[in-house]
Amino acid sequence: MTVTPQVEGLLDVDRIREDFPILSRTVRDGRPLVYLDSGATSQKPVQVLDAEREFYERHNAAVHRGAHQLAEEATDLYESARARIAAFIGARPSDIVFTKNATEGINLVAYAMSNAATAGPESARFRVGPGDEVLVTEMEHHANLVPWQQLCRRTGATLRWFGLTDEGRLDLGGLDELINERTKIVALTHQSNVLGTVNPVAKIAERAHAVGALLLADAAQSVPHAPVDVRTLGADFIAFSGHKMLGPSGIGVLWGRGELLEAMPPFITGGSMIEVVHLEDSTFLPPPGRFEAGVPMTAQAIGLGAAVDYLSAVGMDRVAAHEHALTAYALQRLGEVPGVRVVGPTVPEYRGGAVSFAVEDIHPHDVGQVLDDLGVEVRVGHHCAWPICRRYGIPATTRATFYLYNTLGEVDALVDGVRHAQKFFGTA
Amino acid sequence: MQPQLEAMYQEIILDHYKNPHHKGLRDPYDAEAHHVNPTCGDEVTLRVRLAGVDAGDDAKIEDVSYDAMGCSISQASASVLTDLLIGRTVGEAQRVSEAFLALMQSKGEGEPDEDLLEDAVAFAGVSKYPARIKCALLSWMAWKDATSRAFAEESSS
Repeated sequence: MTVTPQVEGLLDVDRIREDFPILSRTVRDGRPLVYLDSGATSQKPVQVLDAEREFYERHNAAVHRGAHQLAEEATDLYESARARIAAFIGARPSDIVFTKNATEGINLVAYAMSNAATAGPESARFRVGPGDEVLVTEMEHHANLVPWQQLCRRTGATLRWFGLTDEGRLDLGGLDELINERTKIVALTHQSNVLGTVNPVAKIAERAHAVGALLLADAAQSVPHAPVDVRTLGADFIAFSGHKMLGPSGIGVLWGRGELLEAMPPFITGGSMIEVVHLEDSTFLPPPGRFEAGVPMTAQAIGLGAAVDYLSAVGMDRVAAHEHALTAYALQRLGEVPGVRVVGPTVPEYRGGAVSFAVEDIHPHDVGQVLDDLGVEVRVGHHCAWPICRRYGIPATTRATFYLYNTLGEVDALVDGVRHAQKFFGTA
Repeated sequence: MQPQLEAMYQEIILDHYKNPHHKGLRDPYDAEAHHVNPTCGDEVTLRVRLAGVDAGDDAKIEDVSYDAMGCSISQASASVLTDLLIGRTVGEAQRVSEAFLALMQSKGEGEPDEDLLEDAVAFAGVSKYPARIKCALLSWMAWKDATSRAFAEESSS
């Protein structure tokens, strides 16, 4: 039996958990649920569920079309959500584009860059071709790697990347060589979904901007977990997903600097994004409408609005402090288990609450199976970031991720479960 | 230990995992297949050596060799596969393979034919966990693929 210590900076989790009905259910023959997979998707508070339900019960209509009362109400709610989500990251509402998820936001920029080849002169700075370079890192989620590989394939540009240090940080030794006058865009994760590493976006952006390159930060793991302000981050674009930050699935955000969105050609075309349509040609709306073709995910945007209200009420600095305390405790406790190796920084500084680890002589699938049997739900596999596993010579990892509703006791349950797996497979 | 976990990790499975049979890639071989499970990164490379490949289903499986990386379920399954299939005709092996596939799709309700499946009946508990069925089937899918390649190469040569 582990005696869980008292730690500074923790939230009143008992109170918070009352808002998340799913957290009180049991799994696998009556085990209390220990949900440590928020990095894959977070759970949702009743406030978010209520917002979506109320929209459908009271205000449902297609936004930005029709002149009836429901259409007005739906449009107001949708645009109000945009304004609150914008405020949440220090942005202007008109610079917020709703997408399906972070993946779609990144694809939007990548496709806009190849579409720029046939767009007007205002799009010239987005054009890429042979001789140009696109820079990523070895720690990218597939969502921020494959779209850039494909962009290079379509345009003949060259893909390059930052490598990683043994400690799980970006190797910035070649910064000035890797970001050069041929670089068109640097795409990197703000916070790694596997290693937990928080990358120095501002420093890299400074170099990128010095050579005229753009910088896109994959913020899917940072915006949900810490205060992010686009006015100081340094990025030109960020993308994140609603479902990882207490919001519904099917809604994400691409933020871009206004003057860039203004000059960027569309990705998905159709209704809602046009200005004037003739049979042979069309003109497009200014942003964000230009990038939101078709009837959008209205209830989901409103649900995400409720999610950022919830997070703002708690306070993102307090969410970050809570997760920092959990992460420090998890690193310490896992570090005490013989045969466990953390993959990623072993200190909680410049690091978020994704803790991946290898257990000697037990495959992550088998670790995960034992944990699942105990009600502890973690992620196993390569976490959509296969190159990281290759870099560290491991087939996969077991990953625990934390959020504002997790407790130190749940970290204990994780560690006890890992020891249990070692006993079961006879490795300790 | 919880009975569910023990039902899945039968002693037979753990034995095959710790001491896999026929492991390692061997020559000569007629065809090779490389399969991966993209959700977890498990990989297997599997080779088949047939005698009388022009005899179709009556061709005899002289050897199945493999190199694999993955969890206990995928490793043990590859080991059991080689025990079951080496020495049989392709026709017989297909019956075993189909019976194993049916067992894996049984959601824990299957009543496996022990005479046909031998050690492979130990995987019955795996069929209750949808995420692990692919692990158990990985090497079997690679075997099917390699065998059809061996026939395709024979008919094109």
